[in-house]
Amino acid sequence: MRLKRKDLLGIEELDRSEIEQILSTAESFKEVSAREIKKVPTLRGKTVINLFYEPSTRTRTSFEIAAKRMSADAVNISVSTSSVTKGETLRDTAKNLEAMRPDCIVVRHSSSGTPEMLSKYVSCSVVNAGDGAHEHPSQALLDMLTVKEKKGRIEGIKLSIIGDITHSRVARSNIYGFTKLGAEVTVCGPPTMIPPGIEKLGCSVTTDMNAALRGADVVMMLRIQMERQKESLFPSVREYSRLYGLDEAKLKSAKDDVIILHPGPINRGVEISSEVADGPYSLILDQVTNGVAVRMAIFYMLLGGTREESLK
Amino acid sequence: MNRLVIKGGRLIDPSVNVDGLFNIYVMGGRVGTIKPADKDTTELVEGAPGLEVIDATGLVVLPGFIDAHTHLREPGFEYKETIKTGTQAASAGGFTSVLCMANTNPVNDNESVTRYILDKAKAEGIASVNPIGAVTVGQKGERLTEFGELKNAGCVALSDDGVPITDGTVMRRALEYSKIFGLPIISHAEDPRLALSGVMNEGAVSTRLGLKGIPNAAEDTIVARDLSLAELTGGRLHIAHVSTRGAVELIRAAKARGVNVTAEATPHHLTLTDEAVSGYSTFTKMNPPLRTQDDVDALRAGLKDGTIDCIATDHAPQSTVEKDVEFDKAANGIVGLETAFSLAYGLVEEGILTLHDIIRALTINPSKAFSLNKGSLRVGSQADIAIVDLNKTWTVDPRKLKSKSKNTPYAVKTLKGVVVKTVVNGSVVYDASKVN
Repeated sequence: MRLKRKDLLGIEELDRSEIEQILSTAESFKEVSAREIKKVPTLRGKTVINLFYEPSTRTRTSFEIAAKRMSADAVNISVSTSSVTKGETLRDTAKNLEAMRPDCIVVRHSSSGTPEMLSKYVSCSVVNAGDGAHEHPSQALLDMLTVKEKKGRIEGIKLSIIGDITHSRVARSNIYGFTKLGAEVTVCGPPTMIPPGIEKLGCSVTTDMNAALRGADVVMMLRIQMERQKESLFPSVREYSRLYGLDEAKLKSAKDDVIILHPGPINRGVEISSEVADGPYSLILDQVTNGVAVRMAIFYMLLGGTREESLK
Repeated sequence: MNRLVIKGGRLIDPSVNVDGLFNIYVMGGRVGTIKPADKDTTELVEGAPGLEVIDATGLVVLPGFIDAHTHLREPGFEYKETIKTGTQAASAGGFTSVLCMANTNPVNDNESVTRYILDKAKAEGIASVNPIGAVTVGQKGERLTEFGELKNAGCVALSDDGVPITDGTVMRRALEYSKIFGLPIISHAEDPRLALSGVMNEGAVSTRLGLKGIPNAAEDTIVARDLSLAELTGGRLHIAHVSTRGAVELIRAAKARGVNVTAEATPHHLTLTDEAVSGYSTFTKMNPPLRTQDDVDALRAGLKDGTIDCIATDHAPQSTVEKDVEFDKAANGIVGLETAFSLAYGLVEEGILTLHDIIRALTINPSKAFSLNKGSLRVGSQADIAIVDLNKTWTVDPRKLKSKSKNTPYAVKTLKGVVVKTVVNGSVVYDASKVN
């Protein structure tokens, strides 16, 4: 099954059935990573370029492993070693990469909208691996897969996303994804980190951590960036942690079978205490495992077979 | 002596409350006589040497437009625009006079730069060029420029446009000191500490797109400050590119109190909202940013009731080097001279403004705001004329724009109202029938 689109730029543009197809494909690929020989020949001869303008360990490695397990050739370009440091523009970089005939470019960039621009420059597929504060679709898909596995469903689930919503592409992609699959999403954080009009994306908003935790089936904690202190978004890490850090005491307001997600990397003792991060409710490492399966599914559904075939 | 006769057109001249069919006789670059078309018995010898006759039947004849806010980019950024191409773009848009901003390289903060601009304009320009000098040396917001020298050299106003004057005392002194010369101080009203690294309007759309927002308050607070300073000093203030409802309301209240202030709005702020940024086209990135429909409605009402005096383009040519990059990195601004009239006329077609409203805002109002003694076709005035066809449409093709830069968000849009001919100083400088 192939997606009826060239690129995966965000969850906003996907409809429910496309999301469900990706998730079920990912479920079937999970088994590959459990094999002795973790490889299928499906995408042999395809070339994937990971073009990362921002530092990343987890996401870049995950895309690379996913491509390799599908037998595609994966090439990594990080900005510090590329011509970008010599002043090459995005368009020129894109055109030069395209001239080498890749099948897919996976791009991460600090500037929102860059994957969409890139997709207009090149004829191969573009996968957004996170752009500014816009979207991070593969992260949302792996989060949905993780919740679906543990809870058996997403429809009717109550998800609370807590932290710096303003600067979070993970929050935006998850709001779209979970609401499209019938979940109820609440975002929570200090008012300085709740962007205007976020409710128009389909979520409700609270600044009260306990209210966000009460009745939640899934709690997603977001990484807090220390440098935001300088922008007066919160007065101190200490106060932020007291008000919005998830520890065992606060977790008591949540349901007994609550699960905790975090897109990583975590700041232990800031937005999440070590006991919670390493505790029984935490699925942080399951998310990472599922990330590979979801990205295998994304490659398969964008690059497998021919696009024309899938349109028949 | 060359003569030009414009026959049978509908002359609209808000400066003298004229709207009717007239024949206009231009001699020696000036409006000689104006006769009602149906009673004019003058016999013209067609083909007589030095006589040019324009049949304007079915067309509308207007005082040439005056743009209070143009970036001609010369000297320093000739790869974006030159005085030659910029005035060609102006004439193609019906503009016969432009006021050009000081943020060139070097900055127009002394008479040698002003004279360079005027000499270039005389040699290569086909519309009248009126330089705006910088308020502060190098537009650094610290030391005032020599206003007297700039005025003598030919500057008609002062502005650090592009860079807000953040120091309230500098703004206060500029408003006070400029009183000697009657030069308006044009405020680019923006608090950079509130705008921060924003790249579009702050609101639901910036949230959805994940782009950093600029709140209305970044503009409103500085408009409030500058209005207070104009009131305190009795200085002459002009607010550039008003984009927010708050600013419109502040200016309206200040005018009611008698503050000596005028204001302008751009065609893009009058016609587009921040929704246009969806898709991340860098041709929707400008400063101030495109705002919400509520702000657009307030600007239109402000133009209607006279709170906003002028429609000014903020024509800001940028090359692909500045625009064909990530949204965050892209330079601000769009070209505007060639689409301004049609966009303004679109508001007439929509029933939001009258033809007289927009003509006033393009002609006599900017003339009065900057004491140009233009924007009118009364007998004896300089024959700067725009002839337009309100029944025709055109489709914006960036490749065909006269401007050296093509950064317009209106590509492939079909607009109503076509500039047919533009006359500067009695000579036809633009003729739509003679271009591709």
